Amino acid sequence: MRIPCPFCGSRDVSEFVTIGETSGPRPDPSAPDAAQNFFTYAYLRDNPAGPSEEYWYHALGCRSWLKVLRDTRTHEIESAALAREGAR
Amino acid sequence: MHYSFFSLLRNAMTGHRGWTPTWRDAEPKSAYDVVIVGGGGHGLATAYYLAKEHGITNVAVLEKGWLGNGNIGRNTTIIRSNYLLPGNIAFYEWSMKLWERLEQDLNYNAMVSQRGILNLYHSDGQRDAYARRGNAMRLNGVDADLLDREQVRAMLPFLNFDDARFPIQGGLLQRRAGTARHDAVAWGYARGASDRGVDIVQNCEVTGFIIENGHVTGVETTRGQIRAKKVAISVAGNSSRVGAMAGLRLPIESHVIQAFVSEGIKPLIPNVITFGAGHFYISQSDKGGLVFGGDLDGYKSYAQRGNLPTVKDVCEGGVALMPLIGRLRILRNWGGIMDMTMDGSPIIDKTPVDGLYLNAGWCYGGFKAVPAAGWCFAHLIARDELHSAAAAFRLDRFARGAVLDEKGQGPQPNLH
Repeated sequence: MRIPCPFCGSRDVSEFVTIGETSGPRPDPSAPDAAQNFFTYAYLRDNPAGPSEEYWYHALGCRSWLKVLRDTRTHEIESAALAREGAR
Repeated sequence: MHYSFFSLLRNAMTGHRGWTPTWRDAEPKSAYDVVIVGGGGHGLATAYYLAKEHGITNVAVLEKGWLGNGNIGRNTTIIRSNYLLPGNIAFYEWSMKLWERLEQDLNYNAMVSQRGILNLYHSDGQRDAYARRGNAMRLNGVDADLLDREQVRAMLPFLNFDDARFPIQGGLLQRRAGTARHDAVAWGYARGASDRGVDIVQNCEVTGFIIENGHVTGVETTRGQIRAKKVAISVAGNSSRVGAMAGLRLPIESHVIQAFVSEGIKPLIPNVITFGAGHFYISQSDKGGLVFGGDLDGYKSYAQRGNLPTVKDVCEGGVALMPLIGRLRILRNWGGIMDMTMDGSPIIDKTPVDGLYLNAGWCYGGFKAVPAAGWCFAHLIARDELHSAAAAFRLDRFARGAVLDEKGQGPQPNLH
């Protein structure tokens, strides 16, 4: 599996670590339903069999956080972009 | 047919023409009392104990492929109960006790071999952690012995004791642990369930649940609709996919783990050995192949195959621990899909849908749990109450903050 890092080019997966699927922004701790939101945020996953949007960190490279679209059935990588692009 | 020395002798005398199929490959009926989704070790054990312990025999086990093609045939066959947390120890020890009488119970040779498991430690801190674990085990009636370096050397002289970075200082030994022939476990439970009237249906994939007024009343399958009073999900790596069909969103990620077997060699490794400085575990099959594995690949996958960096990492761990295997050739390697939970512990519970039960989240430790998971899941399905040994394996424990995190890694499944 090779990941096309937008900064470093196509690099071997062993240079990266992943924290799994993108889960949206961290919930507001002062909201009345904060406990439920944090439970969902921290513990629940879609875990799709198919295209999945994930955060990967290029630890042994440019140390950028990437947003990678990857198919969990085939390990094919459709795209990789810097995670900060499109973030709030 | 009851298997015994006499049945073997009788069939040997008559040219082995008298053997009958071990279990019945059933056609699905239109309705059952209980439908179990998933014909792996856990599903088959659940069906067996439903029939044997609770007298519920109008049961179908639906398997999307053929019997034993999933994780029951893909693991490294280790059985053990060397856990630390109170919620886990009682359960895995119950499983160990069921393993110890499994073959007599099933009248089937599952090649259960209590050859012992030795977890090596390589530092003072690790020795303290293993002493604590061993003490926790002994307090709960599980056998554990803390060995020093010379005791380990007497047992396994071929290990790399003087590695510059990770010298072996000793190990925690559970003598009652060991291995079992994993396919035979599936076949044995299938036979026991089938003999008691359970229908084992192969090539029957569940494609949806029939839910009426919040109550499950059956399943849609590739072989037609099947009605059921109760439906039990036991599908390991596919738990999220199958759960989603019933509207469940689970605290699970599916990860790939790889396992390996070397070419066959003469007897070398007498027990199960785990390397404490890397992640590597190894045993030797009766056929002579070394069976070993290591870490998860670390990313979500449904592919049942992994990538080369992990293969390299596992082999490096192996050669660091026992340099003498360096020239051995790997015969096969393969991947299995693990339902990794957010705290590394499993789930045996009811779901928010009435009549729908869930057995999932066994991470990479499902094989050793097969007997007790089947036992406790059957108890839950039959009586609608949790079994005391599995009382900690609740689905709502994440929302309650009552996680059962054996390694203390937090909600990061690829680190458990």
